[in-house]
Amino acid sequence: MTEKEESVKLLGFWASPFSRRVEMALKLKGVPYEYLEEDLPNKTPLLLELNPLHKKVPVLVHNDKILLESHLILEYIDQIWKKNPILPQDPYEKAMARFWAKFIDEQILTLGFRSLVKAEKGREVAIEETREMLMFLEKEVTGKDFFGGKTIGFLDMIAGSMIPFCLARLWEGMGIDMIPGEKFPELNRWIKTLEEVEAVRGCIPPRDKQIERMTKIAETIRSA
Amino acid sequence: MANEVILLDFWPSMFGMRTRIALREKGVEFEYREEDLRNKSPLLLQMNPIHKKIPVLIHNGKPVNESIIQVQYIDEVWSHKNPILPSDPYQRAQARFWADFIDKKLYDAQRKVWATKGGEQEAGKKDFIEILKTLESELGDKPYFGGDDFGYVDIALIGFYTWFPAYEKFANFSIESEVPKLIAWVKKCLQRESVAKSLPDPEKVTEFVSELRKKFVPE
Repeated sequence: MTEKEESVKLLGFWASPFSRRVEMALKLKGVPYEYLEEDLPNKTPLLLELNPLHKKVPVLVHNDKILLESHLILEYIDQIWKKNPILPQDPYEKAMARFWAKFIDEQILTLGFRSLVKAEKGREVAIEETREMLMFLEKEVTGKDFFGGKTIGFLDMIAGSMIPFCLARLWEGMGIDMIPGEKFPELNRWIKTLEEVEAVRGCIPPRDKQIERMTKIAETIRSA
Repeated sequence: MANEVILLDFWPSMFGMRTRIALREKGVEFEYREEDLRNKSPLLLQMNPIHKKIPVLIHNGKPVNESIIQVQYIDEVWSHKNPILPSDPYQRAQARFWADFIDKKLYDAQRKVWATKGGEQEAGKKDFIEILKTLESELGDKPYFGGDDFGYVDIALIGFYTWFPAYEKFANFSIESEVPKLIAWVKKCLQRESVAKSLPDPEKVTEFVSELRKKFVPE
Protein backbone atom coordinates (compact mmCIF):
# COMPACT_ATOMS: atom_id res chain seq x y z
CA MET A 1 0.00 0.00 0.00
CA THR A 2 1.40 3.38 -0.93
CA GLU A 3 1.52 6.38 1.40
CA LYS A 4 -1.38 7.95 -0.44
CA GLU A 5 -3.68 5.05 0.40
CA GLU A 6 -2.81 4.99 4.12
CA SER A 7 -5.63 6.03 6.35
CA VAL A 8 -5.09 6.75 10.03
CA LYS A 9 -7.90 7.87 12.32
CA LEU A 10 -7.69 8.48 16.04
CA LEU A 11 -10.75 8.63 18.29
CA GLY A 12 -9.71 10.59 21.35
CA PHE A 13 -10.70 12.98 24.09
CA TRP A 14 -8.90 16.22 24.92
CA ALA A 15 -8.56 15.43 28.65
CA SER A 16 -7.61 11.79 28.30
CA PRO A 17 -3.93 11.06 28.98
CA PHE A 18 -4.48 7.78 27.17
CA SER A 19 -5.39 9.40 23.86
CA ARG A 20 -2.95 12.33 24.25
CA ARG A 21 0.01 9.95 24.42
CA VAL A 22 -1.04 8.34 21.14
CA GLU A 23 -1.13 11.78 19.52
CA MET A 24 2.41 12.40 20.77
CA ALA A 25 3.63 9.26 19.05
CA LEU A 26 1.86 10.00 15.77
CA LYS A 27 3.23 13.55 15.75
CA LEU A 28 6.76 12.44 16.65
CA LYS A 29 6.76 10.04 13.73
CA GLY A 30 5.19 12.50 11.34
CA VAL A 31 2.19 10.28 10.66
CA PRO A 32 -0.72 12.16 9.09
CA TYR A 33 -3.95 11.30 10.87
CA GLU A 34 -7.55 12.36 11.19
CA TYR A 35 -8.54 13.20 14.74
CA LEU A 36 -12.08 12.57 15.91
CA GLU A 37 -12.94 14.13 19.26
CA GLU A 38 -15.37 12.20 21.41
CA ASP A 39 -17.74 14.35 23.39
CA LEU A 40 -17.48 12.26 26.56
CA PRO A 41 -19.54 11.08 28.35
CA ASN A 42 -21.71 11.04 25.20
CA LYS A 43 -20.08 8.24 23.29
CA THR A 44 -20.52 8.22 19.54
CA PRO A 45 -21.99 5.19 17.75
CA LEU A 46 -18.62 4.91 16.02
CA LEU A 47 -16.76 4.50 19.31
CA LEU A 48 -19.24 1.88 20.52
CA GLU A 49 -18.89 0.03 17.24
CA LEU A 50 -15.10 0.08 17.22
CA ASN A 51 -14.61 -0.73 20.91
CA PRO A 52 -17.69 -2.64 22.01
CA LEU A 53 -15.91 -4.44 24.84
CA HIS A 54 -14.43 -1.49 26.72
CA LYS A 55 -16.20 1.48 25.04
CA LYS A 56 -13.14 3.68 25.66
CA VAL A 57 -10.78 6.00 23.88
CA PRO A 58 -8.27 5.95 22.36
CA VAL A 59 -9.09 3.91 19.30
CA LEU A 60 -6.68 3.94 16.40
CA VAL A 61 -7.99 2.89 13.02
CA HIS A 62 -5.19 2.13 10.57
CA ASN A 63 -6.69 1.32 7.17
CA ASP A 64 -9.10 -1.44 8.15
CA LYS A 65 -7.40 -2.37 11.41
CA ILE A 66 -8.75 -1.37 14.80
CA LEU A 67 -6.24 -0.88 17.60
CA LEU A 68 -7.22 -0.51 21.26
CA GLU A 69 -5.42 0.15 24.58
CA SER A 70 -2.93 3.02 24.57
CA HIS A 71 0.17 0.93 25.40
CA LEU A 72 -0.64 -1.51 22.62
CA ILE A 73 -1.37 1.31 20.19
CA LEU A 74 1.99 2.93 20.95
CA GLU A 75 3.83 -0.33 20.34
CA TYR A 76 1.90 -0.90 17.13
CA ILE A 77 2.72 2.60 15.89
CA ASP A 78 6.38 1.99 16.66
CA GLN A 79 6.38 -1.22 14.64
CA ILE A 80 4.63 0.27 11.59
CA TRP A 81 6.28 3.71 11.38
CA LYS A 82 9.99 3.27 11.91
CA LYS A 83 11.04 6.93 12.11
CA ASN A 84 12.02 8.10 15.62
CA PRO A 85 11.73 4.74 17.41
CA ILE A 86 10.13 4.97 20.85
CA LEU A 87 10.77 1.52 22.27
CA PRO A 88 14.23 0.16 23.13
CA GLN A 89 15.54 -2.69 21.00
CA ASP A 90 17.10 -4.61 23.87
CA PRO A 91 14.58 -7.11 25.32
CA TYR A 92 15.51 -6.28 28.92
CA GLU A 93 15.22 -2.53 28.37
CA LYS A 94 11.90 -3.14 26.65
CA ALA A 95 10.64 -5.26 29.56
CA MET A 96 11.62 -2.47 31.96
CA ALA A 97 9.82 0.16 29.86
CA ARG A 98 6.68 -1.99 29.85
CA PHE A 99 6.97 -2.55 33.60
CA TRP A 100 7.23 1.17 34.37
CA ALA A 101 4.41 1.97 31.95
CA LYS A 102 2.13 -0.41 33.83
CA PHE A 103 3.32 1.03 37.14
CA ILE A 104 2.37 4.54 36.05
CA ASP A 105 -1.08 3.68 34.75
CA GLU A 106 -1.85 1.43 37.72
CA GLN A 107 0.00 2.33 40.94
CA ILE A 108 0.61 6.00 40.29
CA LEU A 109 -2.84 6.61 38.85
CA THR A 110 -4.60 4.82 41.72
CA LEU A 111 -2.58 6.41 44.51
CA GLY A 112 -2.27 9.82 42.91
CA PHE A 113 -5.91 10.09 42.02
CA ARG A 114 -8.58 7.93 43.62
CA SER A 115 -6.73 7.12 46.86
CA LEU A 116 -5.61 10.71 47.25
CA VAL A 117 -9.09 12.08 46.71
CA LYS A 118 -10.70 9.60 49.11
CA ALA A 119 -7.81 10.00 51.57
CA GLU A 120 -9.15 7.24 53.79
CA LYS A 121 -6.10 7.42 56.02
CA GLY A 122 -5.86 11.17 55.82
CA ARG A 123 -4.46 13.56 53.25
CA GLU A 124 -0.87 13.55 54.50
CA VAL A 125 -0.63 9.75 54.35
CA ALA A 126 -2.08 9.73 50.84
CA ILE A 127 0.48 12.32 49.72
CA GLU A 128 3.31 10.36 51.33
CA GLU A 129 2.23 7.14 49.63
CA THR A 130 2.02 8.83 46.24
CA ARG A 131 5.42 10.46 46.68
CA GLU A 132 6.93 7.10 47.68
CA MET A 133 5.88 5.67 44.32
CA LEU A 134 7.00 8.76 42.42
CA MET A 135 10.43 8.37 43.99
CA PHE A 136 10.88 5.20 41.93
CA LEU A 137 10.38 7.28 38.80
CA GLU A 138 12.71 9.95 40.11
CA LYS A 139 15.44 7.31 40.36
CA GLU A 140 14.57 5.88 36.96
CA VAL A 141 15.05 9.20 35.14
CA THR A 142 18.20 10.25 37.03
CA GLY A 143 21.14 10.84 34.74
CA LYS A 144 19.01 10.66 31.60
CA ASP A 145 17.45 13.37 29.46
CA PHE A 146 14.36 11.22 28.98
CA PHE A 147 13.17 7.89 30.39
CA GLY A 148 14.01 6.66 26.92
CA GLY A 149 17.59 7.92 27.18
CA LYS A 150 18.77 10.64 24.83
CA THR A 151 15.52 10.85 22.93
CA ILE A 152 11.86 10.83 23.93
CA GLY A 153 10.34 7.38 24.12
CA PHE A 154 7.34 5.25 24.99
CA LEU A 155 7.71 5.71 28.74
CA ASP A 156 8.10 9.50 28.43
CA MET A 157 4.82 9.68 26.54
CA ILE A 158 3.01 7.54 29.08
CA ALA A 159 4.50 9.31 32.11
CA GLY A 160 4.18 12.74 30.54
CA SER A 161 0.54 12.42 29.52
CA MET A 162 -0.35 10.98 32.93
CA ILE A 163 1.71 12.92 35.44
CA PRO A 164 2.51 16.55 34.56
CA PHE A 165 -0.32 16.95 32.04
CA CYS A 166 -3.10 15.20 33.97
CA LEU A 167 -2.55 14.23 37.62
CA ALA A 168 -0.52 17.36 38.39
CA ARG A 169 -3.54 19.44 37.41
CA LEU A 170 -5.61 17.58 39.98
CA TRP A 171 -2.92 18.16 42.59
CA GLU A 172 -2.82 21.83 41.73
CA GLY A 173 -6.58 22.06 42.08
CA MET A 174 -6.27 20.43 45.52
CA GLY A 175 -3.51 22.83 46.54
CA ILE A 176 -0.93 20.03 46.78
CA ASP A 177 2.70 20.43 45.71
CA MET A 178 3.17 16.72 45.04
CA ILE A 179 6.57 16.84 43.36
CA PRO A 180 8.46 19.76 44.93
CA GLY A 181 11.73 20.67 43.27
CA GLU A 182 13.87 19.97 46.30
CA LYS A 183 12.55 16.39 46.67
CA PHE A 184 12.21 15.63 42.95
CA PRO A 185 14.88 17.58 41.05
CA GLU A 186 15.16 14.98 38.27
CA LEU A 187 11.43 14.66 37.58
CA ASN A 188 11.09 18.43 37.48
CA ARG A 189 14.01 18.70 35.06
CA TRP A 190 12.45 15.97 32.93
CA ILE A 191 9.11 17.80 32.80
CA LYS A 192 10.83 20.95 31.53
CA THR A 193 12.73 18.96 28.89
CA LEU A 194 9.54 17.22 27.83
CA GLU A 195 7.63 20.46 27.40
CA GLU A 196 10.24 21.59 24.88
CA VAL A 197 9.64 18.63 22.56
CA GLU A 198 7.57 19.75 19.58
CA ALA A 199 5.60 16.53 19.33
CA VAL A 200 4.58 16.94 22.98
CA ARG A 201 3.73 20.63 22.97
CA GLY A 202 0.68 20.19 20.78
CA CYS A 203 -0.63 17.40 23.01
CA ILE A 204 -0.89 19.15 26.35
CA PRO A 205 -4.48 19.72 27.50
CA PRO A 206 -5.18 23.38 28.35
CA ARG A 207 -4.18 23.85 31.98
CA ASP A 208 -7.12 25.69 33.49
CA LYS A 209 -9.70 23.61 31.68
CA GLN A 210 -7.94 20.43 32.87
CA ILE A 211 -7.71 21.65 36.47
CA GLU A 212 -11.44 22.40 36.38
CA ARG A 213 -12.26 19.00 34.99
CA MET A 214 -10.03 17.01 37.36
CA THR A 215 -11.45 18.93 40.33
CA LYS A 216 -14.99 18.12 39.21
CA ILE A 217 -14.17 14.43 38.89
CA ALA A 218 -12.58 14.51 42.36
CA GLU A 219 -15.82 15.91 43.75
CA THR A 220 -17.78 13.05 42.20
CA ILE A 221 -15.40 10.50 43.72
CA ARG A 222 -15.55 12.14 47.14
CA SER A 223 -19.32 12.26 47.25
CA ALA A 224 -19.78 8.71 45.92
CA MET B 1 27.56 -16.54 27.88
CA ALA B 2 26.14 -18.37 30.85
CA ASN B 3 22.38 -18.26 30.92
CA GLU B 4 21.26 -18.38 34.52
CA VAL B 5 17.50 -18.35 34.88
CA ILE B 6 15.75 -18.43 38.24
CA LEU B 7 12.00 -18.31 38.71
CA LEU B 8 10.61 -17.25 42.09
CA ASP B 9 7.12 -18.64 42.13
CA PHE B 10 4.23 -20.07 44.15
CA TRP B 11 2.81 -23.35 42.91
CA PRO B 12 -0.94 -22.47 42.64
CA SER B 13 -0.32 -19.10 40.98
CA MET B 14 -1.98 -18.92 37.57
CA PHE B 15 0.48 -16.12 36.80
CA GLY B 16 3.53 -18.19 37.67
CA MET B 17 2.15 -20.94 35.45
CA ARG B 18 2.40 -18.62 32.44
CA THR B 19 6.11 -18.05 32.92
CA ARG B 20 6.77 -21.76 33.56
CA ILE B 21 5.01 -22.65 30.32
CA ALA B 22 6.85 -19.99 28.30
CA LEU B 23 10.25 -21.13 29.58
CA ARG B 24 9.43 -24.76 28.77
CA GLU B 25 8.10 -23.87 25.32
CA LYS B 26 11.52 -22.44 24.59
CA GLY B 27 13.43 -25.29 26.21
CA VAL B 28 15.09 -22.93 28.68
CA GLU B 29 16.78 -24.53 31.68
CA PHE B 30 15.66 -22.78 34.82
CA GLU B 31 15.79 -23.10 38.57
CA TYR B 32 12.33 -23.08 40.15
CA ARG B 33 12.22 -21.68 43.67
CA GLU B 34 9.06 -22.00 45.72
CA GLU B 35 8.24 -18.90 47.78
CA ASP B 36 6.38 -18.99 51.06
CA LEU B 37 4.19 -15.92 50.60
CA ARG B 38 3.74 -15.51 54.37
CA ASN B 39 7.51 -15.41 54.69
CA LYS B 40 8.93 -13.86 51.54
CA SER B 41 12.59 -14.46 50.78
CA PRO B 42 15.11 -11.59 50.89
CA LEU B 43 15.75 -12.30 47.20
CA LEU B 44 12.10 -11.76 46.30
CA LEU B 45 11.96 -8.50 48.24
CA GLN B 46 15.17 -7.35 46.62
CA MET B 47 14.17 -8.29 43.07
CA ASN B 48 10.60 -6.97 43.26
CA PRO B 49 10.71 -4.15 45.82
CA ILE B 50 7.67 -2.33 44.47
CA HIS B 51 5.10 -5.12 44.37
CA LYS B 52 6.84 -7.86 46.39
CA LYS B 53 4.96 -10.42 44.29
CA ILE B 54 5.65 -13.60 42.40
CA PRO B 55 6.43 -14.63 39.78
CA VAL B 56 9.84 -13.01 39.49
CA LEU B 57 12.05 -14.05 36.61
CA ILE B 58 15.74 -13.50 37.26
CA HIS B 59 17.88 -13.74 34.13
CA ASN B 60 21.62 -13.49 34.71
CA GLY B 61 20.94 -11.62 37.93
CA LYS B 62 18.48 -9.11 36.45
CA PRO B 63 14.80 -9.26 37.48
CA VAL B 64 11.81 -9.13 35.16
CA ASN B 65 8.48 -8.69 36.95
CA GLU B 66 4.84 -9.23 35.90
CA SER B 67 3.98 -12.52 34.22
CA ILE B 68 2.71 -10.99 31.01
CA ILE B 69 5.91 -8.95 30.64
CA GLN B 70 7.97 -12.04 31.43
CA VAL B 71 6.31 -14.07 28.68
CA GLN B 72 7.05 -11.36 26.11
CA TYR B 73 10.62 -11.08 27.36
CA ILE B 74 11.13 -14.84 27.09
CA ASP B 75 9.74 -14.79 23.55
CA GLU B 76 12.12 -11.99 22.55
CA VAL B 77 15.27 -13.39 24.16
CA TRP B 78 14.80 -17.01 23.08
CA SER B 79 13.45 -16.17 19.68
CA HIS B 80 14.90 -19.18 17.87
CA LYS B 81 12.10 -21.65 18.56
CA ASN B 82 8.37 -21.91 19.20
CA PRO B 83 7.37 -18.27 18.73
CA ILE B 84 4.82 -17.25 21.32
CA LEU B 85 3.67 -13.96 19.81
CA PRO B 86 2.84 -13.46 16.11
CA SER B 87 5.34 -11.49 14.06
CA ASP B 88 2.69 -9.37 12.34
CA PRO B 89 2.23 -6.11 14.31
CA TYR B 90 -1.57 -6.15 14.08
CA GLN B 91 -1.94 -9.78 15.11
CA ARG B 92 0.53 -9.12 17.88
CA ALA B 93 -1.56 -6.18 19.11
CA GLN B 94 -4.66 -8.38 19.07
CA ALA B 95 -2.98 -11.16 21.05
CA ARG B 96 -1.75 -8.64 23.60
CA PHE B 97 -5.22 -7.09 23.80
CA TRP B 98 -6.76 -10.42 24.82
CA ALA B 99 -4.07 -11.17 27.39
CA ASP B 100 -4.67 -7.69 28.78
CA PHE B 101 -8.43 -8.37 28.85
CA ILE B 102 -7.79 -11.56 30.84
CA ASP B 103 -5.64 -9.65 33.33
CA LYS B 104 -8.06 -6.78 33.73
CA LYS B 105 -11.34 -8.69 33.85
CA LEU B 106 -10.92 -12.38 34.60
CA TYR B 107 -8.77 -12.16 37.70
CA ASP B 108 -11.13 -9.86 39.64
CA ALA B 109 -14.21 -11.82 38.60
CA GLN B 110 -12.77 -15.21 39.57
CA ARG B 111 -11.68 -13.86 42.91
CA LYS B 112 -15.27 -13.00 43.79
CA VAL B 113 -16.30 -16.55 42.91
CA TRP B 114 -14.12 -18.23 45.55
CA ALA B 115 -13.53 -15.48 48.09
CA THR B 116 -17.08 -14.25 48.69
CA LYS B 117 -20.57 -15.57 49.25
CA GLY B 118 -24.19 -14.59 48.83
CA GLY B 119 -25.09 -11.77 46.49
CA GLU B 120 -21.51 -10.71 45.89
CA GLN B 121 -20.59 -14.23 44.85
CA GLU B 122 -23.61 -14.53 42.57
CA ALA B 123 -22.67 -11.29 40.85
CA GLY B 124 -19.07 -12.44 40.55
CA LYS B 125 -20.16 -15.76 39.10
CA LYS B 126 -22.31 -14.02 36.50
CA ASP B 127 -19.41 -11.76 35.47
CA PHE B 128 -17.02 -14.68 35.42
CA ILE B 129 -19.24 -16.75 33.12
CA GLU B 130 -19.77 -13.78 30.81
CA ILE B 131 -16.03 -13.20 30.53
CA LEU B 132 -15.42 -16.88 29.77
CA LYS B 133 -18.14 -16.72 27.10
CA THR B 134 -16.46 -13.68 25.54
CA LEU B 135 -13.20 -15.60 25.44
CA GLU B 136 -14.91 -18.67 24.02
CA SER B 137 -16.42 -16.54 21.29
CA GLU B 138 -12.99 -15.06 20.53
CA LEU B 139 -11.58 -18.58 20.25
CA GLY B 140 -14.32 -19.47 17.78
CA ASP B 141 -13.54 -22.56 15.74
CA LYS B 142 -9.79 -22.09 15.87
CA PRO B 143 -7.66 -24.75 17.56
CA TYR B 144 -5.91 -22.07 19.62
CA PHE B 145 -6.55 -18.38 20.26
CA GLY B 146 -3.83 -17.38 17.81
CA GLY B 147 -4.96 -19.84 15.14
CA ASP B 148 -3.19 -23.08 14.34
CA ASP B 149 -0.39 -22.61 16.82
CA PHE B 150 -0.33 -22.52 20.62
CA GLY B 151 0.67 -19.04 21.71
CA TYR B 152 0.43 -15.99 23.91
CA VAL B 153 -3.28 -15.87 24.73
CA ASP B 154 -3.40 -19.62 25.36
CA ILE B 155 -0.50 -19.22 27.78
CA ALA B 156 -2.20 -16.26 29.49
CA LEU B 157 -5.41 -18.18 30.08
CA ILE B 158 -4.66 -21.87 30.60
CA GLY B 159 -3.45 -21.62 34.23
CA PHE B 160 -6.88 -20.44 35.40
CA TYR B 161 -8.18 -23.90 34.44
CA THR B 162 -6.51 -25.44 37.50
CA TRP B 163 -8.78 -23.26 39.63
CA PHE B 164 -11.99 -24.27 37.79
CA PRO B 165 -12.94 -27.16 40.10
CA ALA B 166 -12.55 -24.78 43.06
CA TYR B 167 -14.83 -22.19 41.45
CA GLU B 168 -17.39 -24.88 40.63
CA LYS B 169 -17.30 -26.24 44.16
CA PHE B 170 -17.70 -22.93 45.98
CA ALA B 171 -20.17 -21.27 43.64
CA ASN B 172 -22.05 -24.41 42.72
CA PHE B 173 -22.07 -24.45 38.94
CA SER B 174 -20.56 -26.31 35.98
CA ILE B 175 -18.11 -24.41 33.82
CA GLU B 176 -18.12 -27.03 31.08
CA SER B 177 -21.87 -26.65 30.60
CA GLU B 178 -21.42 -22.89 30.17
CA VAL B 179 -18.38 -22.93 27.86
CA PRO B 180 -17.93 -26.41 26.36
CA LYS B 181 -15.75 -25.20 23.50
CA LEU B 182 -13.38 -23.56 25.93
CA ILE B 183 -13.08 -26.81 27.88
CA ALA B 184 -12.27 -28.61 24.63
CA TRP B 185 -9.50 -26.06 24.09
CA VAL B 186 -8.24 -26.72 27.64
CA LYS B 187 -7.99 -30.44 26.94
CA LYS B 188 -5.99 -29.75 23.81
CA CYS B 189 -3.57 -27.47 25.68
CA LEU B 190 -3.08 -30.06 28.42
CA GLN B 191 -1.67 -32.44 25.83
CA ARG B 192 1.23 -30.08 25.34
CA GLU B 193 4.28 -31.05 27.39
CA SER B 194 5.11 -27.50 28.47
CA VAL B 195 1.59 -27.11 29.87
CA ALA B 196 1.31 -30.54 31.47
CA LYS B 197 4.61 -30.01 33.29
CA SER B 198 3.74 -26.50 34.45
CA LEU B 199 0.24 -26.94 35.84
CA PRO B 200 -0.43 -28.30 39.32
CA ASP B 201 -3.08 -30.93 40.05
CA PRO B 202 -6.44 -29.09 40.16
CA GLU B 203 -7.43 -31.23 43.18
CA LYS B 204 -4.49 -29.87 45.13
CA VAL B 205 -5.43 -26.35 44.03
CA THR B 206 -8.98 -26.91 45.28
CA GLU B 207 -7.61 -27.98 48.70
CA PHE B 208 -5.46 -24.86 48.76
CA VAL B 209 -8.34 -22.56 47.78
CA SER B 210 -10.53 -24.28 50.34
CA GLU B 211 -8.12 -23.30 53.11
CA LEU B 212 -7.74 -19.81 51.70
CA ARG B 213 -11.50 -19.31 51.46
CA LYS B 214 -11.85 -19.83 55.21
CA LYS B 215 -9.94 -16.59 55.74
CA PHE B 216 -12.38 -14.60 53.62
CA VAL B 217 -15.62 -16.45 54.26
CA PRO B 218 -15.75 -17.61 57.88
CA GLU B 219 -18.12 -20.56 58.10
